Amino acid sequence: MKFSEKWLREWVNPALDSNSLDEQLSLAGLEIDGREAAAGDFTGVVIGEILSAEPHPNADKLQVCSVTDGTETFAVVCGAPNARAGLKTAFARIGAVLPGNFKIKKAKLRQVESFGMLSSEQELGLSESHDGIMELPADAPVGQDIRDYLQLDDQIFDVDLTPNRSDCLSIAGLAREVGVLNRLSVTQPVLNRISPVIDDQPTINLEAPTACPRYLGRIIRDVNIKAATPLWMQEKLRRGGIRSLDPVVDVTNYVMLELGQPMHAFDLANIKGAINVRFAKPNKELTLLNGTQLKIKPETLVIADDQQALALAGIMGGEASGCNETTQDLMLEVAYFDPLSLAGKAREYGLHTDASHRFERGVDFKLQERAMERATELLLEITGGKAGPITEAVSEAHLPVRQPVTLRKARLEQLLAIRLDDAEVSDILTRLGLEVTDTGSAWVAQVPSYRFDISIEEDLIEEVARVYGYDNLPVKAPTANLIIQSRPESEISQRKIRELLISRGYQEAITYSFIDPKWSTLFDPNNEPLALANPISADLSVMRTSLLPGLAKALSHNQKRQQPRVRFFETGLRFIKQADKSLKQEAMLAGLISGNRFPEGWTGKAEEVDFFDLKGDLEALIDLGNNTDRWQFRTASNPALHPGQSAEILYQQEDGKLVTAGWIGALHPQLMKSLDLRGKVFVFEVTLASITQGQVAQFQSLSRFPEMRRDLALVVDAELPVGQLIQEARIQGGEWLQKVTLFDVYQGKGVEEGKKSLALGLTWQHPSRTLTDEEINTQVNQVVTAFSQGYAAELRS
Amino acid sequence: MENLSSLTVEGETLQQRVYQALEKITQTSDSQTLDQLRVHYLGKKGELTSLLKTLGSLPAEERPKAGEVINHAKQVVQDALNTRKEELESAALNARLAAESIDISLPGRGQKMGGLHPVTRTINRIEDFFSSIGFTVAEGPEVEDDYHNFEALNIPAHHPARAMHDTFYFDAHTLLRTHTSPVQVREMENKQPPIRIICPGRVYRCDSDMTHSPMFHQVEGLLIDENISFADLKGILQQFLRAFFEQDLKVRFRPSYFPFTEPSIEVDVDRGDGRWLEVLGCGMVHPRVLEMSGIDPEKYTGFAFGMGVERFSMLRYGVDDLRLFFDNDIKFLSQLS
Repeated sequence: MKFSEKWLREWVNPALDSNSLDEQLSLAGLEIDGREAAAGDFTGVVIGEILSAEPHPNADKLQVCSVTDGTETFAVVCGAPNARAGLKTAFARIGAVLPGNFKIKKAKLRQVESFGMLSSEQELGLSESHDGIMELPADAPVGQDIRDYLQLDDQIFDVDLTPNRSDCLSIAGLAREVGVLNRLSVTQPVLNRISPVIDDQPTINLEAPTACPRYLGRIIRDVNIKAATPLWMQEKLRRGGIRSLDPVVDVTNYVMLELGQPMHAFDLANIKGAINVRFAKPNKELTLLNGTQLKIKPETLVIADDQQALALAGIMGGEASGCNETTQDLMLEVAYFDPLSLAGKAREYGLHTDASHRFERGVDFKLQERAMERATELLLEITGGKAGPITEAVSEAHLPVRQPVTLRKARLEQLLAIRLDDAEVSDILTRLGLEVTDTGSAWVAQVPSYRFDISIEEDLIEEVARVYGYDNLPVKAPTANLIIQSRPESEISQRKIRELLISRGYQEAITYSFIDPKWSTLFDPNNEPLALANPISADLSVMRTSLLPGLAKALSHNQKRQQPRVRFFETGLRFIKQADKSLKQEAMLAGLISGNRFPEGWTGKAEEVDFFDLKGDLEALIDLGNNTDRWQFRTASNPALHPGQSAEILYQQEDGKLVTAGWIGALHPQLMKSLDLRGKVFVFEVTLASITQGQVAQFQSLSRFPEMRRDLALVVDAELPVGQLIQEARIQGGEWLQKVTLFDVYQGKGVEEGKKSLALGLTWQHPSRTLTDEEINTQVNQVVTAFSQGYAAELRS
Repeated sequence: MENLSSLTVEGETLQQRVYQALEKITQTSDSQTLDQLRVHYLGKKGELTSLLKTLGSLPAEERPKAGEVINHAKQVVQDALNTRKEELESAALNARLAAESIDISLPGRGQKMGGLHPVTRTINRIEDFFSSIGFTVAEGPEVEDDYHNFEALNIPAHHPARAMHDTFYFDAHTLLRTHTSPVQVREMENKQPPIRIICPGRVYRCDSDMTHSPMFHQVEGLLIDENISFADLKGILQQFLRAFFEQDLKVRFRPSYFPFTEPSIEVDVDRGDGRWLEVLGCGMVHPRVLEMSGIDPEKYTGFAFGMGVERFSMLRYGVDDLRLFFDNDIKFLSQLS
């Protein structure tokens, strides 16, 4: 909310400059978001009167005005169409300086000399209005400095109030707060009760008393709606961020800014019968004051006459029942609407008004009569007219009840870690408008009708702390029992995983959890992604079922920026809908490599990455867990991956069950084409849990006896996965087999077409004796037999 | 060297022969030639060795003297051979070293280090500070229900505070968490105090521009125990901020409003340029929030705090555009890793 500092100071004027006031309010929880001068930086502009305006001899659109500043008369050339004899306006004399350090000098415009300039509001930095030069009232004193006349040496404060402080959405409320903080009393306008001069009264029916327990109406006849709103009011409204429209609207807005009570004025001629405050009937439409046409939802509270809804209660009036330039008689509405009943309603229509903002947060439910009298008083002053009596419809039983709140002295001391002086606490609460009784061990406080945020002990503690000053409260380091947290050694921390990948050249990426549904389908056509109801854009509209689309997108971003060598990893959740409609949110670890194996350098020639680079990195990750024997790679197809260069990664759980931990492979060329990716791209994705769950190493005594190694050279079908042979060797090698090493794979010259040659090294060792050649030979024969029988492997001599 | 006229080789005196030998040794430039010289003079049939064999032909009274002279000559030659051998070896080593020298200014071979994302780096730092005083890390789901994200935090439907959270919804009850507070709720539901946790993670708000990202990260913290006061909150957060920024900065505590804390506080820091920057939201946990999660607010009190990781990261490393964090541009990431 914006407000004029000068206006606030009319109510309460602490001995603080603007900066200190700003800081004081912020530190009391009324955060000042910004401050600006009420007008541009200018000097030397006075009220001038145009004595005559003659056409310019050499220009159609210019006039030559004769302008007086009260002592002298000047010839001034002016282009504004509203320059006319008798108008009082802003006159920048020679020597004046306008905003932007624009100096006014004698000038010649189309051969006619001009001694000064007549100014618009925009030129003085008052508003964006550039309709012509300023039009000041007829009684404006000619010659007076315009800054003094309009009290422009003022600051506009923009206070960003938290939703709990609706009591400060007015000058009255802010002044009350400043009064408390500075221990000053607050001056408020005297309440003038307007005596009715006519008897007319509206009939008001509260049909929804929970939502609207109090509604005041007053008829005022014979208003002159064409009367001008006084400049002082226009200025206060302007500084409060509200545009002046007509005196009726201006007065209702003024009272809202001054006291915090939103109001509305109906054109009496357009009210047919009684005023009924009720919920909307189905399928009704309404055109609002701002021209919006809408269908009213049944849970919306409306102000209706006997025929139709006239206004959205507490949000905005309707166009048909509103005041316009022909209005003569009107009905002022001042009501209290229940915050809960109005909560979220304006938003449902895409609306947010000054009224809805206040009613949703809570308007003082005892303020209505005062606001009505204040508005009537101001309106009669400006527009004239005859006021009737105030008609109040109220359902006392539905008005809010303020329960007394108890604040225990011991609790206050415990929570703030300081013993505050009793008298000081009483004083703070009393100044805030609470009626306080000191019972010895506690205070019992009666909460005023304008505070919607005080209902429990902690609320009072906050008030005391806030006014006392958070910065004045003590500081200490907390103490606690020191307990060593258990941290299973078998668990591999995410930090360790990240560090390993980083030392292997990977850069961590963080990609959005929501992705383009098209990408989702390309990578994972079998899982329908969870879709957002209100995505920020179509390409960020479904939750990822895999981390790979995000990494591929990051790769694409970098390829387009001449960064072809990419090594990324990411950790994060994937979101998979389950058959039972539940959602599985599973932490994953994914990696992607593309471009050259090593950064460009002088050693050796550049080589592109391949499957085994990535597999090596993944195996290193698996090694962290010290349980490599639980892992398997199996040929399997995945729609996102190259069918000849991909594998399913299997992991044997604690319970012996073999589960899919993830996938590794080259991105499918078709997918690459669709995504416009270049080069070769290899990816893996595994569940994080499979990597983080390792096991603690167990020592096995070292054998003092020699190792025996035998190397086998084999020829097998080119199609045969070597992993199967290694597995077989482990099974057939006997209990003393320590290690199987694959040290050569060859295909090409010297090896029959469709075959490949392999070299395997097998190592045995016995824990307590030297193995004999016969024993080794037996094992070797067993392996070779299994190879030749099960895999058609031929031994090469 | 003593000379004995009776000892001659090929008509020359012993002394002359020794001098010749020394001359040859000094002039030798390879170890092979040197070896030949050793054989020639000192070998079994070598010149000097052979002289010894002639002692028998000398008069008995000359023999001891002659033996001594010959042995001495042998020693002199042997020493010269040894010295020369060492010289040659040392020269050969030097030549080899010179030939093997490399340009050490060339860059090393292999992978370059990758790096952590600045968000993770910042979260790690924050975790480290808090784990040093007994906080543990808790995590939770990102697709949340309305209850844990709002209701349990004292934000009922249509509460104006909901407008401060531009929420992504899946349906009326399911949403993307707007803060990591639901993790705290789940922790409180499952555990009695003392509770000391921090909850880092992704959070989502339906908002996107220069200063807002639809996804960002928070670290929230919660401490609940007996006798926890406002002074504890001030103490911990002040210490943390000074540790994080490695600076004795000015910290100010300003009243604010969050439905789940009472009193609520925003924390500003001044890093020396006279400008207050808002960095944290915090407060004493609202008794209703404790109650809803089954904790007795009469017995226990506590405080909660939350901070935006990207904001801390931006302040710490001087990043000026939030969007850079999720473009995953290698040029950006490698700068901050």
